[in-house]
Amino acid sequence: MNRSRNTWLIVMIVVLIAFSLWVDLSKNITIQNPLNNTSLVNRNTDIQLGLDLRGGLQTLLQADVADCASVKAADLETTRTILQNRANALGVSEITMQTAGNCRIVAEFPGVTNPEQVVAALQQTALLEFIDAGDTPLTVGTKVETDYGKSAAATQPTATPETAAATPSATASATPAATAAPAPTVYHTVMTGAALSTVAVQVGTKPGTYEISFTLKPDSTQLFADYTSTHIGKILAIVLDKSVISSPSIQSAITGGTGSITGSFTSAEANSLAVQLRYGSLPVPVKVVESQTVGATLGEDSVRKSLTAGAIGLAVVILFMALYYRLPGIVADLALVTYALISFMLFKMIPITLSLPGIAGFILSIGMAVDANVLIFERLKEELRAGRTLSQAIDLGWSRAWPSIRDSNSSTLITCLILYIFGNSFGASMVKGFSINLALGVVVSLFTAIIVTRTYLHLVLDNLKLGEHPRWFGL
Amino acid sequence: MNIIKNRYLYFLISLLVIVPGVIFMAMHWINTKEGPLSLGIDFRGGSLLEVQFAGKLPSIADIQTIYGQFQSTTGQSLSDMLIQPLGTDSYSITSKQIDDATKGKIVAALEAKTGSTVTVQNFTSVSASVGAEVTNAAGFAILMAALAILIYIWYAFREVEHPIRYGTAAIIAMLHDVFVVLGVEAMLGYFLGWEADALFLTAVLTVIGFSVHDTIVVFDRIRENANIYRRVEYEKMVNHSIVQTLDRSINTQLTVMFTLFALALFGGDTIRHFVIILLVGIFSGTYSSIFNASPILVVWENKEWKNWFKRKETATA
Repeated sequence: MNRSRNTWLIVMIVVLIAFSLWVDLSKNITIQNPLNNTSLVNRNTDIQLGLDLRGGLQTLLQADVADCASVKAADLETTRTILQNRANALGVSEITMQTAGNCRIVAEFPGVTNPEQVVAALQQTALLEFIDAGDTPLTVGTKVETDYGKSAAATQPTATPETAAATPSATASATPAATAAPAPTVYHTVMTGAALSTVAVQVGTKPGTYEISFTLKPDSTQLFADYTSTHIGKILAIVLDKSVISSPSIQSAITGGTGSITGSFTSAEANSLAVQLRYGSLPVPVKVVESQTVGATLGEDSVRKSLTAGAIGLAVVILFMALYYRLPGIVADLALVTYALISFMLFKMIPITLSLPGIAGFILSIGMAVDANVLIFERLKEELRAGRTLSQAIDLGWSRAWPSIRDSNSSTLITCLILYIFGNSFGASMVKGFSINLALGVVVSLFTAIIVTRTYLHLVLDNLKLGEHPRWFGL
Repeated sequence: MNIIKNRYLYFLISLLVIVPGVIFMAMHWINTKEGPLSLGIDFRGGSLLEVQFAGKLPSIADIQTIYGQFQSTTGQSLSDMLIQPLGTDSYSITSKQIDDATKGKIVAALEAKTGSTVTVQNFTSVSASVGAEVTNAAGFAILMAALAILIYIWYAFREVEHPIRYGTAAIIAMLHDVFVVLGVEAMLGYFLGWEADALFLTAVLTVIGFSVHDTIVVFDRIRENANIYRRVEYEKMVNHSIVQTLDRSINTQLTVMFTLFALALFGGDTIRHFVIILLVGIFSGTYSSIFNASPILVVWENKEWKNWFKRKETATA
């Protein structure tokens, strides 16, 4: 190999190792801009552990519909966003939620201690309604009954006359339930959360207060304009899942399809109300079809054990390579350590969540990394036996071993791809994690076997002139 | 060393491993009418609850009574469940699918019954429909992987004569390994009560990858030697290629097995089943790439099946 090219490669490898070590050893990397002291890069590079290793809850939610194919990707994505917001509201940190396939969502909650509540919160089908409350504001938190969803039943001939009659009367003179009300008042639903297009929080007219502005979808604008122009001064209560969350009054007719909800809201209240307005109802109803909770101690135990196992396995492999292949074996061991450093750096930078099968995939990829070296060394020995000089033998060994390394690793990558597709569409994150780690390991191992081992070997041979010691090559 | 010469002996050894496994699978199918393997809840649906007790443990009858008070997500009784002690302070309870709320109530009832603090180590709940879908998709994934690899090998070996033979032989060797692994799983399922779960599926898919990986290395040598030794008999050339790659096949297998042994011994209970299946599969993968895949090429080249039923004594010689 060309000497200057080798020098250039050594520099590259050293830089790569230095960078990998830096990332591997730090939990957070920052790069400051020396000119103005702003940070250019600020990344958390702590290793991400999967739920099976750190404990937590994983659920697989599925659209509660008859035909999965009928679920629109955009609706599922909106549902995911809404659920994510609901989950965030529970105060659980580092939630991940991803759509999987046509109608599933995988949700992961690391470290939760109350999986029952979390699952219950996810499954609630929040329904946002604007109800006609007449003249009296309703107390926040009051449970109310509305006619939403019942109007359809009322039009059916089977509906009792009482139900049908109750609705219009409630609309006409709605009063908050009196202390000894004989029957609960059924309020009229003017519109639901589905009518809202955008919702934003803005500073109110009174200092220190906030209000919520909203715009309506075009088809609801006319309806809302008609309603508000005839009900000025009345209360239009906002109800989430039949519970009053706000009770503003109509101050003017809203004809332009935009409006605002004023009141003495604090910033936090206004924001939480805006979130509820924005994410009130799910476009796709979901149910939990799979749920897994792993205790934190079991996870810790697994991490410790698999790390020990990985270290022991690696040590045995290193020893074996050194004993069987002698000098090239030791060089391959150095390449293997380089491989481990680079892979670990990539796990942190991408970042890849490490799960138990993921670690198994990585350990398997160590085996495959060694395989590439083994293939090359067997060829190297053959070329040396055929009487080639060392330098020739190294380059020939590489070029002869390459087709089998290429084809065998390609087939592994094909398997990884199919595993990934399978794992991804079924929300089987274990299978997915395994395939990602194995594929990453294969790619990095190709790089280290082809570039790093070869460069190291040339470095040792060209500079130390050890070419006259065939025993060092196990010949 | 002449591996090709004894090819029928090696085929026989493979059969001696595969046939008992197939018998166990058939037995399981006949006995349970459910399929060849006992499937874990990942595939058939259900719930697994692993609970640890700090203090007094409930009796198995206590757990049965408590479960009896609740219903599965489909409203069925939870009476047929499997309760296994784990270590000295934990139980693993497999039942029909229960939701998180029911699990919470069961844990509370266990705490009330024993007065000990109960820690949920692991709770998995899978609905039967998802399980069935995953099982079908897993079968489909294996078929797709086989097909993709067949096409890849066909393409990679396009310059040798009969490239499809190489692809087919690699797939046969791969199916050999899949059957070995399934058979061993069926036997372990019979004797130790192991159930095939999602990790088992991952192991099978890994074995497929490794098996083909290994076979291709040997085939690559045949591809190279086919050009060098044009006048040498096909049989001898194939044998020479196997011998040339033997060191590498064994060494690679050893290094992978070292790491797997380490995982099996020190990696903990969670992945032991997975690792043992991988060990069996990796061993089988190396065996099949040396003793099955390349000999199949020779059998095909000589069209030996024409003689199989005529003169048996020469075929096995």
